Amino acid sequence: MSAQTAEHGTMTLKLIVWRQTGQGKQGRFETYTAKNITPHHSFLEMLDVVNEDLILEGKEPIAFDHDCREGICGMCSQVVNGVPHGGQERTTVCQLHMRKFKNGDTIYIEPWRARAFPILKDLVTDRGALDTIIQEGGYTSARTGGVPDANAIPISKADADYSMDAAECIGCGACVAACPNGAAMLFTGAKVAQLAALPQGQVEAPARVANMIRAMQECGFGNCSNHYECQAACPKGIDVKFIARLNREFLKALFKSKAGSHVFAGE
Amino acid sequence: MILDGKCPTGPIEQTWDKHRFDMKLVNPANKRKYKILVVGTGLAGASAAASLGELGYNVETFCYQDSPRRAHSIAAQGGINAAKNYPNDGDSIYRLFYDTIKGGDFRAREADVWRLAQVSNNIIDQCVAQGVPFARDYAGYLDTRSFGGAQVSRTFYARGQTGQQLLLGAYSALSRQIKAGTVKLFPRTEMLDLVLVDGEAKGITVRDLVTGKVRCHTGDAVLLCTGGYVNVFYLSTNAMGCSVTAIWKAHKKGAFFANPCYTQIHPTCIPQAGDYQSKLTLMSESLRNDGRCWVPKKQGEKRPANEIPEEDRDYYLERKYPSFGNLAPRDIASRAAKEQCDDARGVGPGGRGVYLDFRDSIRRLGEDTIRERYGNLFEMYERITDENGYKVPMRIYPAPHYAMGGLWVDYNLMSNVPGLFVLGEANFSVHGANRLGASALMQGLADGYFVIPYTVSHYLAQSKPGKVKEDHPECKKSIGEVEGDMKRLLSINGKRTVTDLMRELGILIWENVGMARSKESLTDAIARIPGIREEFWKNVKVSGNGADFNQQLENAGRTADFIEFAELLARDALHRNESCGGHFRVEYQYEDGEARRDDTNYCYSAAWEFKGVGNEPELHKEPLKFENVHLAVRSYK
Repeated sequence: MSAQTAEHGTMTLKLIVWRQTGQGKQGRFETYTAKNITPHHSFLEMLDVVNEDLILEGKEPIAFDHDCREGICGMCSQVVNGVPHGGQERTTVCQLHMRKFKNGDTIYIEPWRARAFPILKDLVTDRGALDTIIQEGGYTSARTGGVPDANAIPISKADADYSMDAAECIGCGACVAACPNGAAMLFTGAKVAQLAALPQGQVEAPARVANMIRAMQECGFGNCSNHYECQAACPKGIDVKFIARLNREFLKALFKSKAGSHVFAGE
Repeated sequence: MILDGKCPTGPIEQTWDKHRFDMKLVNPANKRKYKILVVGTGLAGASAAASLGELGYNVETFCYQDSPRRAHSIAAQGGINAAKNYPNDGDSIYRLFYDTIKGGDFRAREADVWRLAQVSNNIIDQCVAQGVPFARDYAGYLDTRSFGGAQVSRTFYARGQTGQQLLLGAYSALSRQIKAGTVKLFPRTEMLDLVLVDGEAKGITVRDLVTGKVRCHTGDAVLLCTGGYVNVFYLSTNAMGCSVTAIWKAHKKGAFFANPCYTQIHPTCIPQAGDYQSKLTLMSESLRNDGRCWVPKKQGEKRPANEIPEEDRDYYLERKYPSFGNLAPRDIASRAAKEQCDDARGVGPGGRGVYLDFRDSIRRLGEDTIRERYGNLFEMYERITDENGYKVPMRIYPAPHYAMGGLWVDYNLMSNVPGLFVLGEANFSVHGANRLGASALMQGLADGYFVIPYTVSHYLAQSKPGKVKEDHPECKKSIGEVEGDMKRLLSINGKRTVTDLMRELGILIWENVGMARSKESLTDAIARIPGIREEFWKNVKVSGNGADFNQQLENAGRTADFIEFAELLARDALHRNESCGGHFRVEYQYEDGEARRDDTNYCYSAAWEFKGVGNEPELHKEPLKFENVHLAVRSYK
């Protein structure tokens, strides 16, 4: 806690917030004052306070996505002072607390900015493109019922742990927002790696990686050029090694003649 | 009316298998002619939509979030129970069945719980086949851990994110069906009404949360998988968008609401820090394995925790429950914490907290061991409170967490409204008056993967597909009503925000209908809720307009429903003159403070019929019969 906040108990902050009435509309920055903010407010609770004031003044509150407010649903999505989720290591913006700021600070708040995520309103974007990528292959084709006993296929602890490291992705899209190329390769790589590491996922691995990469490109995401901004911004600390795995799986799929000829037939 | 759950009869271990054979099937070629509407994409909704799409039905699925992967099932930490008996420690379907009935304080149907225990094993198989990375041992087999209310190790887990991994598994199965075209997804879409035609559920009216457009979707059956209602307390561990709205709208259209007073208050949550607070965060119950709960002996103690000597500390759980100590069950531990705080011995801001102290464990095991076991939880605690749990005791307080009550359903998960099915936390079926840890995930997936595909087919096989289209007069009427409500909300232009009013309701319900309820507190709540309702409809301020992305309008609608529902919650709690599970009436306790159940007069599920806003609802009873488990007193001394 800074000396200033300890002295006064509460903070006053200047917020410069991106406002946009709808998709494709002209947006602009507006300035607001957040008053009576304690160090214990979460960042979103600070915005709640500002919104309550705006509503009572008869003005439109700031629209922003949020739901679980405990860092797991992946819905919250704000660029704070130029950094997705605000820059606290492995922390979503809903878990960022105001004790990281000090009285009198100016805070810039913007939506995710990426070609594949159109802005719907203010800080709210459409991240449906991430769902599209998963729909193109982020699964095993196991039917409900008719699967073997869970212990029928042993999986080494190392593989299971590696798979879980990748599976921790919450699909928030911070990796895309942080990437200078607007790439979704950390997101896609995490899913490809999670399934490629398990026997259950290996059967469809070649088709999966090819289809997911194609979807990624069709959705307007860029490609990785090794900036590693995604890993730095990721609230779950997903490692860029999964992008390397994505590339490796892609190459493997190319060389697997049988699957490859089928998968890449259209290209 | 005496309700019939239509449970199959005969030896319990054969009930589900026999029932499955007795149910009617829909010819594969005919399945695509039937349309099923699935509301909610949590464990229950996503698994149901995926499984039904795969069978060939034409499915439409709806969620208020921007993606189906964000449903609040994702936040479950601990694990999922199954009767696999992999550890060879004496588990069986029968034991899981027994533990669940007993854990629910004997207020659930035997046949439903048996089926849950039976299919629990299929769930684990299914999830592994989907690529869910469960924890494994060095031999490569699945690992399990122990959880409250059981003497066996039957909880499968994926680090502290089991709910996330299971939901992503169901979401992936759903995504596969969306790609295949059998399921059509409508994200950012909220259900605001149920459409009945000739008394059968034939559609839903929804609002597109981006464009604000209200429209009707019709189908041959409606599945509500919309979760629980504990946000009625305003502060809870639920997500901000969790609401009673979908099931409340269905209730207003005739679906019975069962046992709303069974609410679970989880003992280990981070206490409220201020009035501005928007939600409470759960800390895994596992912390109580190594942490000791205490409060100062002296009322109004001002010294910091570490300066309070041993003789001035009251380890109240160890004192009151010597054999279970800090691992007393959820309902008991929650009430004990409240008692200490009511006695002015609570700690932290506002005196609403108790210490959870790891000092002795750290001395015994070393800080590294504690970090290894709970490191991520200590980190989360510090992020929120700015306190280091290794150096000063954590502060915890109980918080609303889960709703055992919900819409009444029969054995087929169908409500009393034909064609309306209710799955997961939204129904009332298997947890009785108290849910055991790691059983919520089990129920959601059991209902969606392994129950509904059979029972909904049985219903559809007896009805003609596509009877109702979107231009039906009932659809137009429903759209008109929903739009009317929205216009009304937007036109009030009062002086209080939605949040302000919801907070007022929440405080009243928490104080009067929370952990300890009495005839006086409940009567007082019932008398005061109509005042809040009137104040809401007279003085709420909702800015913006309806034909737009408008989060205030969304919240206003949910709050209006919570206010109406709160009255039912209080009435149910007042009518149930006994204490059982999550429902504790101070008048009904033994001298030692234990809950006193009344099996002579209250061994039934209470299903309420809506009779108009502000009017007394009508009670229907479904008697509970226990043929396989003997009714007994739960004691944890």
